This record gives sequence, structure tokens and C-alpha cells, in this order.
Amino acid sequence: MATNVTTTDRASVHWTIWVALSLVGAFSLGTVALQRGESINAVWLVIAAVSTYLIAYRFYALFIARTVLELDPSRPTPANRRNDGLDYVPTNRYVLFGHHFAAIAGAGPLVGPVLAAQMGYLPGTLWILAGVVFAGAVQDFIILFVSTRRDGRSLGDMIKSEMGTIPGLIALFGVLAIMIILLAVLALIVVKALADSPWGTFTVFATIPIAMLMGVYSRFLRPHRIGEMSAIGFVLLMAAIFFGQPVSKSATLAPMFTFSGETLALMLIAYGFIASVLPVWLLLAPRDYLSTFLKIGTIVGLAIGIMIVMPELRMPAVSKFVDGTGPVFSGSLFPFLFITIACGAVSGFHSLIASGTTPKMIENETQIRFIGYGAMLMESFVAIMALIAACVIEPGSYFAMNSPPALIGTTAAEAAAKISSWGFVITPDALTQLASDVGEKTVLSRTGGAPTLAVGMAQILSNLFGGKGMMAFWYHFAILFEALFILTTVDAGTRVARFMIQDLLGTFVPKMAETRSWTANLLATAIAVSAWGYFLYQGVVDPLGGINTLWPLFGISNQMLAAIALILATVILFKMKRERYAWVTVVPTFWLAVCTLTAGWQKLFHESPAIGFIAQANRFSDALAQGKLLAPAKTIGDMQRIAFNNYLDAALCAMFMAIVVAMIVGGIISIRKALANSNPSTHEVGYDPQALRPVNV
Amino acid sequence: MIPRRCALSTSKVMRALANLYRIGAQTAHLMVGLPDYANYADHRRKHHPGEPIMSREEFFRECQERRYAPAGGRGMRCC
Repeated sequence: MATNVTTTDRASVHWTIWVALSLVGAFSLGTVALQRGESINAVWLVIAAVSTYLIAYRFYALFIARTVLELDPSRPTPANRRNDGLDYVPTNRYVLFGHHFAAIAGAGPLVGPVLAAQMGYLPGTLWILAGVVFAGAVQDFIILFVSTRRDGRSLGDMIKSEMGTIPGLIALFGVLAIMIILLAVLALIVVKALADSPWGTFTVFATIPIAMLMGVYSRFLRPHRIGEMSAIGFVLLMAAIFFGQPVSKSATLAPMFTFSGETLALMLIAYGFIASVLPVWLLLAPRDYLSTFLKIGTIVGLAIGIMIVMPELRMPAVSKFVDGTGPVFSGSLFPFLFITIACGAVSGFHSLIASGTTPKMIENETQIRFIGYGAMLMESFVAIMALIAACVIEPGSYFAMNSPPALIGTTAAEAAAKISSWGFVITPDALTQLASDVGEKTVLSRTGGAPTLAVGMAQILSNLFGGKGMMAFWYHFAILFEALFILTTVDAGTRVARFMIQDLLGTFVPKMAETRSWTANLLATAIAVSAWGYFLYQGVVDPLGGINTLWPLFGISNQMLAAIALILATVILFKMKRERYAWVTVVPTFWLAVCTLTAGWQKLFHESPAIGFIAQANRFSDALAQGKLLAPAKTIGDMQRIAFNNYLDAALCAMFMAIVVAMIVGGIISIRKALANSNPSTHEVGYDPQALRPVNV
Repeated sequence: MIPRRCALSTSKVMRALANLYRIGAQTAHLMVGLPDYANYADHRRKHHPGEPIMSREEFFRECQERRYAPAGGRGMRCC
């Protein structure tokens, strides 16, 4: 009797807490959504986001875990069955959460929300929250689950075994294409941030010898001492930022580190080639350690900064650019907001991570909810913080940094006049002052998101530590931190692309598949580097500033991959005979398919040259036919190249759409087969369904 | 009585802190793809007695190579 009373009491306390949390969340969201005119505090956004995450995790994720997937605590995981102390290791769930989060968190959630801020903070916030709860975290969770039940096999493998060889091949080809676009767009972000910035360029260059020193240290002097070596690396990095300032002021040194976008792009391409054939311990691994720890530290620092400084959001809730006329990226709210913010809401790339190393370390099936769904909620929170950082900047400065020179000109006076005419009042003095505050000659047209995020972070962190005098330091710290992990991705990604190219070519020319052959390696690396290098260079000389062209392509391809992963998840739910709950994956698949196909269609056929690739290509080829030159082309050759590049982008976009459609057709075929079969027909391993007991492998 | 209770709680706190440090260090290592060496050595001793066990250095190098070997979904990293 007494126990009953306590249980009831505890249950009612439990429910009171959740009801209170729901009310707090609803109130904060209401404040975020309905506040008009006056600026609101960023803390409201944080409270709204965190309440949403907690409620989604407690209720929706639990529903998926218990009812949809029926996670089974008694079922041995691959880590238990195949424990080898190396790849397959039962791992404490908090430790594994850290591993998984570090693997999924990259530059994506930091850039997308910054670009999307041109429509105001509200559309981006709502999509990040709804997207993560119903699509992104669901994808990560279910893919981690299905891979765990298949010995940690990769996404491509699982598509092959559950849906057939052809869908498997299509998906693999899609993954290669997305890698190429991802590397190009990430490299472009670095180029845009470093062009004509001796301070930034010096610090980023300095990371190469610093990483090599760390590499030698951990290889020969003090092997496996990661902590020591990272601490040394960190101190040297801070010194590099510190000495970047005198370098940028020096008359002799500054020109040595001042490069145009074109030169930087070529240097980056050469770097990508060399770095990806060097032994990993020399450059890639040590820089990876540095960038991983710096990334986690910066994310934590930013969260603390926002909570203590409590900055006001200066961007309006909804700006007039929801109609598609914005300077940062073109196209209206639907569908372009939903492909601009990919990572942070839903990112197809995570399906590759969730079917990589993490499933081999799950200790118990029931922990998949915490690691798969939970880590994605955390990534979404990073996206919210990036959005906050972009929105605490004066909107006039935000647009000055993110609009291409074709729209706002190249002087502070022109830019201020143009941006003020859009309704975001700013003076030329304010723009030059901002540039000098962050230690740069100019902040105009520093597109790509990284510099904007850096200014926002510098504003927040300098309030917390160091005051205005430290703003330039924090700005370059933020640039360095982004460049560091983007370069790590470029290096590691080129290796992955090389491997995929060798695999793909190996089916026709067996010699190419030999990973020990230097000729095959160098040839495949050259193909990989020239592929992303081509798009990178094209982005640098693009009339609309590059990001405008490449980011939507990246967004479309990333969402396409998410759709593929969710189609696989749906097929598996049908094969498990759990079709009653298939809506959990069908709804986000449907939404992503609608967004990517609509966006793809508009990128192809929209009559505005700012949006449609074909319209832009025609504009240039028509002008060429009449013997005219259009900016920024200076020669007939430039004109031809721009026209050709736009046709190429159109072809790539059409290919992504074709892949989505083909995968949907493949999914429907597999679902019909599964429905016709009266028994479950999945290819799970490690469990004998007849005996209903664990199998010892 | 009082000092004893203090001592007890201090050692509890110390143990909790030590545990926290251990978990933190393991997390930091696994974030960069380095599993726990002690656990690996234990596993080898228990389940593969008599077979060679990699030294800490060899283990470190092996894990480093594995992390960036593009085969088998490794080396993949996110946007």
C-alpha cells in the first residue's frame, strides 16, 4: 500500500516536470515566433530548442525505441559477439556518445544556418527543430539500429543486401558525387575566408608545420601521448594567431601571405593532392586530433558564451527575403530553406557515420536511442548556436559580408548605400570600423558563412573575455578553427574519394583496384582532386560568388542521401513486418523527396538566372552570340567557361534528381515484395529467429 | 566519528573524480579513434592466451592507420 502511494507520487512528480517543461518550451517558442518589432534575447531560442529536444527525446525517441524498433536489451550486439578490443569493443555509452558526436559534427551545421539567416531567425529555427525531431535524428537513430543488427555494415552494403545490387550501385555512385561536391564547397569556404587576408592565411599555413611537428613528436619522441602532443599543438596554434597580427601589419611579410581567391584555390588543390598521399601520421592524424579537440572546445565555449552574455538578436524574425530575392542564396523559402540548412536539421552524411565505426561499439541495443537520436539533437543545438551567432550581428553588416560584389559593389560606400536601400540601414563607417575591429582590410563579400560566424563568435566571446581589443583575436581564432577541420575533411575526404574511385574503376580495370600500387593510388588521387578542384575553381570565378551555386547543389545532394537512407529504413521496417509504424520514416522521406526534387527542378528550369542553371547558361551564351561580355567575364573564353559550367551544374543536378527517383522506385519495388511475403524477410545477423536465442559467432 | 565520515566522503569524492577523469580521457581518445589500450590488452590475455599482444606503441600506430584507412566505412567524416 505504502509502496503504491510512493509510486503514484513519483509518477505524478514525473508528469508534473514534463508538463512544466512543455509549458516552458511552448512559451519560449511562442516568444520566439510572435515577438515583432523589438529585438528578442538569444536565450529564448536556447530555451525553446532545449525544451524541444528533451521532450522529443523523452517521448518520440522512446516511442521509436520501444514500439517501432523494439530494441531488445537481451540481444547481443556486434561488439559483444565479435569483441576484438580494436574495432569491435563494447563501449561505455557516454564515451561512445562523444565518439559519435565528434564524427558527425563538422562545418555543415555551422554554415547552413548562417546562410539561412538572410530570411530571418524564425524560419531557420523552426526548420532546425522540426527537421531534427522528425527527420534528422530519426534517420541517424534507425540507420545506427539497422547497422548494429547487421554487424556494423555500411550503408551501401545494406542497400545492396536489402534492396538489390542495382540500388546499391546507384547509392554508391551518389555517395561519390556528394563527396566531390562536399569537398569543393568546403574548400570554397576556406578560400573565401582567406582571400586577401594575410592574418588568416598566415595562421592557417602555420598549422601545416605545427601538425607535422606533432606528428613527428607522437611517432618518434613520445609515441601515443595524444594529450601532450595536442597541448603543445594548441599552444603553438595560439601563438600562430597571435603572431598573425604583426605579420598582417608588416610591409614585407604581409604581401607574402596575401593571395587572391584564384591563387588560393590552386594552392588548396595542390595541397589536397600532396596531403592525401603523405603517410597519415605526419599531417592528417595530428591535425585531426587538434581540430577535433578545438571543435569540441569551441562548441562548449560558444554555448557558455551565449548563456552568460545573453546577446540580443538583431536580425528580424522574418526578413523580406523569404520571397526568394535574397543576396546570400537565391530562391524562395520553400524549397530552398530546407536544402540550405541540411546538417543540423537532417544530414544524409550521418547515415555513413551511423553505419561506420559506431555500431561496432554499441554495448547494448537500448543505448542506440541515446547515441543515435541524442547525438543528432546535440548537433542540431550547434546549428541553433550558429544561427544565433549570425543573428547577433547588425543585419547591415551581415548582408555586407554575405552578398557577392556583383550586387553590392566593392567599396564600403557603395555597399552601405545598396544595403541600406534594402531596408537594413548601415553606414560606410560602420563597415570599415567592423573590418578594423576584426583586423581585416575589408569585410565586404566574405561569403561562405565562416567569416560571418567568426564575427558573431568574436562578438559573443569578446564580451565574455578580453573586451573589444580581443575581437580581432577571436575572429581569427574562429576562422582558424573552421579552416582547420575543413582542411582535415579535405584531406580525409580525398582519401575516401580515391578509394571509391579505385573501387569503381576496379570493376572495369582490375589493376586500378590495387590499393598497394602507387600508380593506381596516384592516378585515383589525381582524379579525385581534379574533380573537386574543378568545382572549387569554378566556384571562385563564378559570377554569383560561388556559394550561391555550390551550396544548393551540396544541400540537394546531402538531402538526397538522407532520402536514400530513409528509404532503406522504410524498406527494412516493411521487411520486419512493422509496416504499421512505417510512417515514422515515410513522412520525412516524402518531405525530403519533395524538397530535393522541387529545388532540383527550380535549379534546372527557373527563368531567373540567379536560380536556374540553364537560364544562367543561356544568358551567357546569348550574350556571347551577340558579341557582348557580361561581368565578371573579361574574355570570350571566360564567357564560354561560365556557360559551360552552368550546363555542367545543371547536368549534375539532374543526376541527383534521377538518383532520388530511381531509389524511390527501388524502394517501392522492395516494399511490394516485402508485403507479398507473409514472414519477416530482413537480413539481420547474430540471431536465430527460429530458436529465438542468441547465436554464438 | 566526524573525521571518519569526512574521510569516507572525501575518498568517495576522489573516487568519483577519478572515475570522471577516466571516462573523460577515454572519450577524448575515442573521439580521435583510439580505443582503450588496457581493455584491449585484457581482452587479448583473457580470450587469446599465448597469442601476441601489441605494445602500446604498436596499438597506437595500428589504430591510427585504421582510422584513416578508407575501407570499411572508416575515414569517412562529416560535413
